[in-house]
Amino acid sequence: MTTTLPAYDEVVARYEPVIGLETHVELGTNTKMFCGCPTDFGGEPNTRVCPVCLGLPGSLPVANKAAIEATIRIGLALNCSIAEWCRFARKNYFYPDMPKNFQISQYDEPLCVDGYLDVEVNGELVRIGIERVHLEEDTGKTLHVGGATGRIHGATESLVDYNRAGIPLVEIVTKPVPGTGALAPEVAKAYVAELRDVIRSLGVSDVRMEEGSLRCDVNTSLNLPGEEWGTRTETKNVNSLRSVERAVRSEILRQASVLDAGGRIFQETRHFQEDTGDTRPGRSKETATDYRYFPEPDLVPLAPDAVWVAELKAALPELPRLHRRRLQEQWGLSELDMQSVLNAGAVELIEQTIAAGATPAAARKWWLGELSRRANETGAELSDVGATPEQVAELQGLVDAGKLNDKLARTVLEGVVAGEGSPTEVMANRNLEVVSDTGALTAAVDEAIAANPGIADKIRSGKVAAAGALVGAVMKTTRGQADAKTVRELILERLSAQG
Amino acid sequence: MAAISREEVAHLARLSRLAVTEEELDTFAGQLDVILQAVAQVGEVTAADIPPTSHSVPLTNVLRDDVVTPCLTPEEALSGAPDAEEQRFRVPRILDEDVAS
Amino acid sequence: MSDLTRMTATEIAGLVAGGETSAVEVTRAHLDRIAAVDDRVHAFLHVDSAGALAAARQVDDRRAAGEQLGPLAGVPVAVKDVLATKGVPTTVGSKILQGWRPPYDATIVQRLRAAGTVMLGKTNMDEFAMGSSTEYSAYGVTHNPWDLDRIPGGSGGGSAAALAAYEAPLAIGSDTGGSIRQPGAVTGTVGAKPTYGGTSRYGLVAFSSSLDTPGPCARTVLDAALLHEVIGGHDPRDSTSIPQPVPDVVAAAKLGATGDLTGVKLGIVSEFTGEGAEPGVLAAFRESVDALTKLGAEIVEVSCPNFKYALPAYYLIAPSECSSNLARFDGVRFGLRVGDDGNRSLEEVMSLTREAGFGPEVKRRIMIGTYALSSGYYDAYYGQAQKVRTLITRDFTAAFEQVDALISPTTPFVAFPIGARTSDPYQMYLADLFTIPTNLYGGPGISVPCGLSDGLPVGLQIMAPTMADDRMYRVAAALESVVGTFTPPAL
Ligand SMILES: [Zn+2]
Repeated sequence: MTTTLPAYDEVVARYEPVIGLETHVELGTNTKMFCGCPTDFGGEPNTRVCPVCLGLPGSLPVANKAAIEATIRIGLALNCSIAEWCRFARKNYFYPDMPKNFQISQYDEPLCVDGYLDVEVNGELVRIGIERVHLEEDTGKTLHVGGATGRIHGATESLVDYNRAGIPLVEIVTKPVPGTGALAPEVAKAYVAELRDVIRSLGVSDVRMEEGSLRCDVNTSLNLPGEEWGTRTETKNVNSLRSVERAVRSEILRQASVLDAGGRIFQETRHFQEDTGDTRPGRSKETATDYRYFPEPDLVPLAPDAVWVAELKAALPELPRLHRRRLQEQWGLSELDMQSVLNAGAVELIEQTIAAGATPAAARKWWLGELSRRANETGAELSDVGATPEQVAELQGLVDAGKLNDKLARTVLEGVVAGEGSPTEVMANRNLEVVSDTGALTAAVDEAIAANPGIADKIRSGKVAAAGALVGAVMKTTRGQADAKTVRELILERLSAQG
Repeated sequence: MAAISREEVAHLARLSRLAVTEEELDTFAGQLDVILQAVAQVGEVTAADIPPTSHSVPLTNVLRDDVVTPCLTPEEALSGAPDAEEQRFRVPRILDEDVAS
Repeated sequence: MSDLTRMTATEIAGLVAGGETSAVEVTRAHLDRIAAVDDRVHAFLHVDSAGALAAARQVDDRRAAGEQLGPLAGVPVAVKDVLATKGVPTTVGSKILQGWRPPYDATIVQRLRAAGTVMLGKTNMDEFAMGSSTEYSAYGVTHNPWDLDRIPGGSGGGSAAALAAYEAPLAIGSDTGGSIRQPGAVTGTVGAKPTYGGTSRYGLVAFSSSLDTPGPCARTVLDAALLHEVIGGHDPRDSTSIPQPVPDVVAAAKLGATGDLTGVKLGIVSEFTGEGAEPGVLAAFRESVDALTKLGAEIVEVSCPNFKYALPAYYLIAPSECSSNLARFDGVRFGLRVGDDGNRSLEEVMSLTREAGFGPEVKRRIMIGTYALSSGYYDAYYGQAQKVRTLITRDFTAAFEQVDALISPTTPFVAFPIGARTSDPYQMYLADLFTIPTNLYGGPGISVPCGLSDGLPVGLQIMAPTMADDRMYRVAAALESVVGTFTPPAL
């Protein structure tokens, strides 16, 4: 059955969406939340486990100080109040990727509450309220065997690896965000992007969505103007910035078509489909799950004192949004130019290139020009394109020193990206330096004059513009290694001397 | 009046992952009823101004430094497993994908 | 040499240290005794003869090498099967852990090894420490050496019976609602529940995390104090472990043994000397009170009005925590798995496994706990029980403003016949009526033999403020110096 979805513009003209986001961030601590097992990614299955994170009988958790501090720092960066006293709670449910069949989490006493994050959408500031930031432990990973596609459905058995079990996970929950209208999908995306940047700037997580260290659930509801908020659905499995935007948009369209047909929206969990961009219902449950939360008796309360919190606050870095404003001013960029830098994900790269000695204009030219083009071609992240900010600065240095011209510099960059070494090495190995030996150049110029007597005559008669053709000929014989300006001067000089 | 019905006991058994027999259900329903009626006495104390005690030790902020300690070997980790495959714990097919959060 | 199995731990340690006997000899004597009587007592679930002899040999080698050994080096100890022992079966008295050999040692077990004690094996217990008679063990009941037709108390009946049957001079127990003290009382042995947080729970298979307290069992107060000192103290692997040194319980026991209690003020819990207790128990208790008075103690009656809510609060808190703690026994990572025929789903296999692996008392408590924690009932049951906990703590605090320690009978009744209370679970719960308040409060309590009723042992309980464990040892040792120790009829 296919239903035709109404047009988006038309829908958001009639309905008001309310969105909300729950984001899980795996912290980049050395060890897990409640035991000393390492958190490094990609180990052989069940090699990063101990009695505690395997939930063996008799084992007990002890909280990781670095994880607590990271959470408080996230809370502070999101303008939250830090609880003076709070406890962990057990969330009880049976699932094989959870070794104890309960998850140590926080329930009605989160570590950080009531903050906000300002995000920019189309140059406008939107304030997203933060309900809570709390700490919990991650689950293991389950491999489904025997089904068609490694999915749980149709699998005949499952295999569990607990390496990930117990990695500290911070959950950041927004307050409901009304009033964004047609921009709801973009606001959702901008929030997640900004949150990612904030967390990255704190250095507490690598926040890579593709590796699952940042995961998102998106809540969406629709209501008619002037009416109460509608029933919300929760869309899980939203694992990229683009998906956040698509998930909100498709859920708005789906809900509108249900409502338009006189139907009702049920509170349910839906799953985002990366391939089609729409959401599908999860299995329906007869009753809402009762997690039977109660205070975790194996852990004593947390009571971050004012001095500790103040120390953490004092050490917070500048917020990414303010940092970007400052850079925009320093680099003298227009709003539009800054936006293209942001879109390319080039802020830090340009910053580092400048730090390594390049001018803002040159740094931006390389990263947004040649390197962005290459990244697009290969589908790589700009930061993984193969050149470092230091190399880019070195390359520009060679240009500024007159050792490379633009064309040669691009060739050198090609060599750098191909892994042939530093710009200086590539230049030397490929023999690309600008020819500045006037003896050799004069010979080449004389050769070109002799071979093109007609053009030479024109120049002699004052038609200086014709010199371009001779310059081209010289560049050809020197395989581009001559400096065009020098060649031109030399041609004019030779012809007037002969004249 | 009974504090708990046979149906409620059956529901508790399901929640607790206990495949109790019909016969057990009859026995447990009676026993749980006696126990729950007795423990309901805690309701007699007026509770308005009394803070709950979850921990008897007056400790807070018991934290561990973020330092790696040795893990079990995979052999040790899997030594007690009823079933294992490819160095992982093997379990029968899972029905309810929604339970995972 | 006289019978090594009849000696106290202190005596044995002295002989080993002086070279008059060897740890191996001591261990052999106890293993022989186990072989001779345990088929009738059934105190042990697993006897680790090879491990014990190897550990004993190591002690002898260390001594021969001139190493300074601890005060209990070479002394055998029986360990309740609730503590994880690396490579040695650990069942918690449950079928669900049949055959499980943990890949790690509990902190207490590590400390026992480091102190040079020799672990003889693992003792029987009510399944998951839920019970007061060991009748709920999945591996058969333990028999009270005083009368083999009677229960040895529980849940730590195996450890207490091993002491009373001279199978071991020392044992480890765990006390959640009285599981060390009540078996001590009904077997005529000494059982001490330390301050919660005074002994590490790391490696103690959890029943009720906020109440579970491992502790020492012995035939004399001084032996219990020596063992307490070895196993106690801060453990960074247990977040609820108190970062303070163990109170000087050994010195307190030695002080008490001088028989002088001048200046010590004791409070009789008036709520525990009324109709709830058997006349014979009350008679023995009254005689002991007289004896304590003669030693110079000042004795007053103290009322603890909220203690009457302790039992119902306990039977909400403990099952609630247990319902969560026992969720991990699901046949995935360790232990039993039942019904995995290749067709059934995980949920079905889990449910069949837990149904087959848990006994009826464990199932009852899991379901009670699941009920009490459900969102609709939480406030009325679990929440309310936690408030009762506060009230009980206030009763203790108020009492300890008046007296140094509280006393009561340890149990309302002496060892009952096997089978007498299994049909009515709530009747079984009453065995812990007097011991439970201490667990809810978190303070220490000790049971010391104080007399006989119809030829069966009666225990006196001493309760002290948190981290004042030394006080109860002093009073217990003083009482012991008057009433002596009690020897059951020959097996
Ligand atoms: Zn671990």
